[in-house]
Order: sequence, then C-alpha cells, then structure tokens
Amino acid sequence: MDSSNSADSFNIRDYLRLEMFPHFLCPGCGHGIAMRALLWAVYELDIDKDKIAIVSGIGCSGRIGAYVDANTFHTTHGRPLAYATGLALARPDLHVIVITGDGDSLAIGGNHLIHACRRNLNMTCMMLNNEVYGMTGGQASPTTSETRYTTTSQSGSIEPVFDACALASAAGASFVGREVTVHTPNLKDLLRDALDHNGFSFVEVLSDCTEVFGRKNNLGESPEMILSQKSKMRPSSYGSANGNIVDEPFRPTTLPTGILTHKERAEYGDTYRAHVEKISGSVKNG
Amino acid sequence: MQSKDTHKDIQGNHACALGAIAAGCKFFAGYPITPSSEIAERMSVELPKNEGTFIQMEDEIASMGAVVGASMGGIKSMTATSGPGFSLKQENLGYASGAEIPCVVVNVMRGGPSTGMPTRPAQGDIMQARWGTHGDHEIIVLTPDSVPEIFSETIRAFNLTEELRVPVIVLYDEVLGHLVETVEMPKEGSLDLKTRKFAQSPAEDFLPYKETDDMVPEFPRPGDGYRTHTTGLTHQENGFPTQDPKQVDRMIKRMSGKMDMHKDVYESWEALECDDADIVICAIGISARAARGALKSLRAQGQKVGLFRPITLWPFPEDALKAATKSAKTVLVPELNAGQMILEVERHCDASTNVVGLNRIDGEHIEPAEIEEKIKELVK
Ligand code: SF4
Repeated sequence: MDSSNSADSFNIRDYLRLEMFPHFLCPGCGHGIAMRALLWAVYELDIDKDKIAIVSGIGCSGRIGAYVDANTFHTTHGRPLAYATGLALARPDLHVIVITGDGDSLAIGGNHLIHACRRNLNMTCMMLNNEVYGMTGGQASPTTSETRYTTTSQSGSIEPVFDACALASAAGASFVGREVTVHTPNLKDLLRDALDHNGFSFVEVLSDCTEVFGRKNNLGESPEMILSQKSKMRPSSYGSANGNIVDEPFRPTTLPTGILTHKERAEYGDTYRAHVEKISGSVKNG
Repeated sequence: MQSKDTHKDIQGNHACALGAIAAGCKFFAGYPITPSSEIAERMSVELPKNEGTFIQMEDEIASMGAVVGASMGGIKSMTATSGPGFSLKQENLGYASGAEIPCVVVNVMRGGPSTGMPTRPAQGDIMQARWGTHGDHEIIVLTPDSVPEIFSETIRAFNLTEELRVPVIVLYDEVLGHLVETVEMPKEGSLDLKTRKFAQSPAEDFLPYKETDDMVPEFPRPGDGYRTHTTGLTHQENGFPTQDPKQVDRMIKRMSGKMDMHKDVYESWEALECDDADIVICAIGISARAARGALKSLRAQGQKVGLFRPITLWPFPEDALKAATKSAKTVLVPELNAGQMILEVERHCDASTNVVGLNRIDGEHIEPAEIEEKIKELVK
C-alpha cells in the first residue's frame, strides 16, 4: 500500500489523548495491548484521525475508546453496532470502528451482532473477549469457560460457551479473525486486514481480565494468563482444503487464530447507493 | 383554490412522513409495528428519492440506536413506533437526551398495557413520553390534533430538536394516524428550517459541552477536526466522564436551565373561548377534536365553555393553562386513559377549581356527545 507507514516509527502517543492518563484499566489488563495493536494498524494504514469514529458499548472494553485521539462515541450497553450502523450509513466517509466486549456483543447485544454480520456494512468490530463482566465485578458471560468461577457461578460455570468467530461466520460476516494479545504484531496485522476489508469485519481478541477473573480463578499474574491462552491456540486452517472453521457453535478446546473467514461480498452501503441510483434513474426516465 | 399538486388527501401517518421529508430528514431507521408502520413504509419510498437513507433494523432498540448514531454523524434523523416499541426505545432515547443528540421519535399511541390493542386508539403514553427513560432528563413532546397539524408539528419537531439539542417526541393516537384529511403542501423554499449549530470555533481547546449564553452547546461534526468524546455517562464541559458532584450538578442544571430559558421557542398551545368560560375543557389529540364539537354545540346553547389544548404537551404549558382557566370554576379533562394529563392539570390549577376527568380505556375514542353530556351534568 502506497499510503502505508512503516512499522518501526509507530509512536502510540500520536494516537492517544495523553491528558486523559493515567487510564483506568487495572494493571495487567489485556485491553491496553489490544488498543495498542489497533492503533498500530491504524497507523500502518495511515488513516486520518479526523475520519476515525470509534463507537463502543458498556463495560471495560467500552471505556478504552475515550483514550484515543479520534471521534469517539461511548454508547449504551450492547448497542454500539446499532449506533455504528446509523453512523456508517449517514457518513460513509468515516472509518467506523466498534469496540465491544463478550457481554456487550454476545449477550445483551447479540441480535445486533448477527444482523451486522448479515448486512455487511463497512465497519470493523473488535470484540475483547475476557470471559467475564469485569466492570460490574466479575459475573459470568456467554464466553466464560465451563467450570470457571465467577461471582455468579460461585461453584463453577455450567453453561456452554459461545464461539464468537463461529457465530459471526455463520451469520455471514465477510471477514472474521481471532488473535491473542501476546501475539501483538500478529494482532496488529489481523486488525490491519480487517480495517482494510470493504464490508463487516469481526475480530475477536482473547484478552485477559487479570484483576477480577484471574484472581477468582487463581490464574496468576498477567504474563501467566496470556501465556496459558497462547498454549490453547492453534493456527487457522483458513485457505487449506478443509478450511471451514465453523463446525459447531461452541468453543472447541483449542482455538484457531488468524484470519478465519475472508470473502468478498457486496458491501451494504454500496448496494444501498446503487439501488437508490437505479430507483432515481427509473423515476427520471418516467 | 385547492389543486392536486398543493393539496393532498392523506392519512396522518403519511403526513408525518412527508413532514419529516419537508423538514430535511435524511435518515430513518424503524421496525414494523401497528399502528405506525405506514410512517416507515412511506419513508422507505421517500428517503431514497431525497438523498436520504432508510433502513429497517433488527428490532426497536436497534432502530433507536441507529437514529442516534446517524444524528451523531450530523444529519437529521427520525424513527417511529407505538406503545411496546416506544418502551423498548427508552434507553437510547435517554442517551440522546443526556448526550444532547438531536432526534425525532414518533409514537402513534395504541391501547395498553403490554401488547394491548394494536389497532385501537389510546392516549396512555402521556406519562411515558415524559418519564419513560430513567433519571432527570429533558425532552419535548408535541401533540397534534389533525392530519395537517401532524404534518406541521413533525416539521416543528425537527426544528426544535436541531435548535435545542433535545429529543422531540411527536405523540398522537391511532385515530389520527389513520384519519384522512387534506394537507396543504408548502411551496418549495417557503419553510423556515433550522439546522443545529455546527461547531465553528477553533478546534484547539474546544469544549463540546461548554456552558454558552444560550445553554445550547455547538455540535462538533465528526470529520471537522474536533475529535471529541461523546458519552452517556455524566460528563464535564470537555465531554469526558465525571462523577465530581459539582460538575454533575452543573451538567444536569445546564440542561434543565436550557429548557427554562427557551420556553418561548418550544411552547405552543391553543386557547379557544377561554376568556369568559365557566368550564374549560383541557384535551389533546383526538380528544381535543371531540371537545371542539362539544364546545360548539354548548356555546350555541349559551353555555360558557372553553377549550385549552397543549400542542407542546411537555414541558407542560403551565402558565398558559393558568391564564386560560382563570375564570373557570371547573376544568374537564377528557383523555383516552385512566387519568394521566389530569394529574398535571390539577397540579397547576387553583385549589378552588374543580378538576374532573372523563376517561375511556376501552379502545374507543370519546364522542363529542359524551363531553357535552358530562358538562351538562357538571353545571346542573
Ligand atoms: S476489571 Fe478486568 S477487564 Fe476490567 S480493567 Fe480490570 S482487569 Fe481489565
């Protein structure tokens, strides 16, 4: 890409509202690494900060947008994709990035996620999955692993776990990928591809809630948590002969990372505008 | 003379859609619900012809979210719904109120509670329209009583929401939504249309919620270089969250102060033959239509009856009500609910005034004869 910046000169401070620091995240929280990877990808694509709109929901994930020097919208619980849909349709010139969490997008906002995948409106949705509602004190979410302790599963969770990427792919998302925070350069590359994709792109980031989830489950400090996540990952079979990752809606014990789905499909905004042109053409021609 | 081009025989819901288009609405997100669906249907035809976007969302909550999102992008946007759908919109409506994002929400009232009577009229959302979302919040509610007025009040709704950055509800009942009357279409360019005050001041040190003299902050359009933060959390003048008691108090008071300051901009009512009236009927929407009929008949019989009709229902035109009921011994409040607006009327009338309700909650509207009969009984 001609307009792209080179990787080694990325300075995250150029993309932050430094006056907002210190930030509110707990020490060791993976969300900060995810934010770094996102801004790094933005830098590499040389996207104008004035044209970036970050739309987030409620939860720890929802709060990180406020630290980014862009147009930032902190909306209601579960609804950032609905707000982003209006914003992206009203302003196709903006680069719309949704930051959401596992509770925000898979529980209360689940309906909006599947329909955003179906429509294929141009935006990137970064879902920070830390298996828990961190901000409200550590309750179980649709991605809390079975047997894990949370404040609402005090004797271990008994619920099946959503595989967010399988869900997004099945709902029609044209770009789906997953990464862990410890692979920060890979996560940056994945987010870069997602931002560059014309259509709805969904990226699941396996983040870690050290302070609430980690403590409750005795998972150690942040390095131990993210390294144990890494050990559960396997490379994506995307592009191989049997490259279909969607075999069941629940999470397998080892998870594929990287690009999991990538197909070219008509972008909703383009389709809408072409449709309007057709209608006004037929109106004009009588 | 009436011509086909300038005068249209249309139903209330279509008048609402055409009013929105005339006001410059460029975005509509909706979800099917009786008895308001004709608004979405008409918008799906009109918006593509008028450089706008129509989208049917996956649910009521999403359509409200999309409307607020589109308005955050700087364009005039609207949604329409009815009772249960209006309940679902409340959280994002509260966001629009708290973050001061302009938007218009139409609620065509049907019988409740719950699914109630989808095809029957009611006026049961008078309180929900004011207090449906949580917390101390500002909102404007307009209550037209005819098809031409639905058209003109929808235009006014856009003007008010743009000028004051307060969400505006257009509230009418199923009868008006489906009633067909003649609407005179305004000549192109003849309307006085308002657009929000887009930020022009230097981006450096720009405060998106600055306490300006008129209490209405400038709107920073994304892409114009302001790069501000918008949140539903209580916020400071710079837009970032705060729980500092002084700042929170100041934010909430600025928003209520804004409403106190601009009463002359949004207040609207009709007072008909109230000056010498012994009895004043206070009604909105279809009940006000019935009251007009009763008033005419009773005046012809020599009864001193007047009508007070809030057109802007919320904030309630209390001074105008007080003036209109000065000479009245009795105020009759006919409404299609178990007694909602009457609470507000009682609150503002003299303690010596006899405030009486006339209520129907059975899915039928009130006939002029019922009002006439009730008044005859009251003067006996
Ligand atoms: S509670 Fe958990 S998710 Fe939230 S900031 Fe702390 S570590 Fe991160």
